[in-house]
Amino acid sequence: MTEPLLQLSDVHTHIGPYHILHGVDFAVPAGELTMLLGRNGAGKSTTLRTIMGLWQASSGRIHFDGSDITTWSTPDIARAGIAYVPEAMGIFTDLTVRENIVLAARSGPVDKTRLDWILGLFPALKRFWNLPAGNLSGGQKQMLAIARAIAEPRRLLLIDEPTKGLAPVMVRSMIEAFKALKASGETILLVEQNFYAASALGDNVIVMDDGRIVHSGAMSDLVADKDMQQRLLGLSLDAHQ
Amino acid sequence: MSDMAAPSSAPAELPRAKTDWLPLLLIPALGLLALPFVGSPSTWVTLTVAGLAMGMMIFLMASGLTLVFGLMDIINFGHGVFISLGAYATLLVLGPLAGWALSDSIGLNLALLGLCILVAMGVTALAGAVFERVIVRPVYGSHLKQILVTMGGLIVTEQLIHAIWGASPIPIPLPQSLRGAFVLGDIVMERYRVIAVVIGLVVFMGMQLILNRTRIGLLIRAGVENPEMVEALGYRIRRLFVSVFIAGSALAGLGGVMWAFYRQTLTAGMGMEVMVLVFIVIIIGGLGSVGGCFVGSILVALVANYVGFIEPKLALISNILVMALVLVWRPQGLFPVARR
Repeated sequence: MTEPLLQLSDVHTHIGPYHILHGVDFAVPAGELTMLLGRNGAGKSTTLRTIMGLWQASSGRIHFDGSDITTWSTPDIARAGIAYVPEAMGIFTDLTVRENIVLAARSGPVDKTRLDWILGLFPALKRFWNLPAGNLSGGQKQMLAIARAIAEPRRLLLIDEPTKGLAPVMVRSMIEAFKALKASGETILLVEQNFYAASALGDNVIVMDDGRIVHSGAMSDLVADKDMQQRLLGLSLDAHQ
Repeated sequence: MSDMAAPSSAPAELPRAKTDWLPLLLIPALGLLALPFVGSPSTWVTLTVAGLAMGMMIFLMASGLTLVFGLMDIINFGHGVFISLGAYATLLVLGPLAGWALSDSIGLNLALLGLCILVAMGVTALAGAVFERVIVRPVYGSHLKQILVTMGGLIVTEQLIHAIWGASPIPIPLPQSLRGAFVLGDIVMERYRVIAVVIGLVVFMGMQLILNRTRIGLLIRAGVENPEMVEALGYRIRRLFVSVFIAGSALAGLGGVMWAFYRQTLTAGMGMEVMVLVFIVIIIGGLGSVGGCFVGSILVALVANYVGFIEPKLALISNILVMALVLVWRPQGLFPVARR
């Protein structure tokens, strides 16, 4: 494993009276794709939101590239180079596809070469370029959400369940897009419920249950061990294919 | 705003964006519907111009509030105080430059109006910054507290106006060349109302330009829909909130100046008196929609004028009637804004 870009140490998060994360520890190595898996309610989305500062960790530390970002505000965390795609995608439906991407490029116009690369990953977006993003289908909105996250080079992408609710053909094209992103050297922490997609993409895997990390290691090890899949996820890879 | 051309490989035939024209058609439809009831075309034109002018003044007073509500989710019952403060700020200009108001020079008269607007916007922007920091910021997220606290702020500020300028109504002169009317045959159009229409249109177009053609406008539109995501993109939305609140207060101040010269009398409660109308138009327009606020203002004012002429007894309830009909048709207002 390479040097971690992101490190969570004994992170606890409370939402109101509820204790959601119970001492979460894990690392995301630079330049690799780490999958965060777990059942519904395991705390995956809360983990991403805590990293982004949308919910404050009540204790523990979060380090990003050597800086302690635990108490940083969300805009400061984003400016440090972390892009976030929430489960609900967070698309601005009244804005056009173009405006959504313009807004994501904080430092100025999107580089033409980069834009062509992004639209190469998600060609469907070209067709709706000057239309309100509210006109897009669910899959196209997900593409726009990811395109927006990579409108400028970022150090780390946090992506929450990008294949949720998508048709199989759309899931396959999303997997191809993530493979291309991975090949470009992006560091990605990807929350996923679809183990088929996760196994096709992940270098590393972290499994959560009840707000705790119950497993972390190489994805290849989990893919090879059906008993471990059954024990950790309740389903094997075969069931997802 | 950074600009990007369409992708080079974009297909020639793109799906068309659906433009919602129906609410816009309500205005000419309403005018045409009223014509046979009014009878005389010249009276109809006079009523229409007067309605448009009134609509523009309502728009000027309401546009800031709809943005503040849309972006910040703040119910600011104290908005009326900025209308009153803007109106009273004209005294800061009319005191030393009273001669300009009596001059026959249209240049001096318009310069006086312009100065009044600039000073009023400055005063209300400053007051808005203080109001946001002291009164509104502690109650973000709680509508009930917002209503109570901003109402309290309104009462306190009205009393401050009484303490500074006295409790008696203060007459103010309409600059000389803005009095009277343009007469075209049987059609009579008051000069000041025509100027109000021009200023309202300029402000509306300016706001549309800012909202649709600048990065700050994009941020405001995005923030109205999903402020959390705007923060996750790296923008400090609190600063945007404060800026919009200040801009909204300044716009209310501008509306206050126009309203003051229209009434030619200042009272501390003049802002509060129009707040019911202001809330009606922002609800009709769709909370957070500047375009909706513009259309709603014109609709309400035109209906009030036509109904006041055709059946005066119904004029008092005409605004509520328009709101009820619009909400039956479109429960989220004429131009619903996508909300978080």
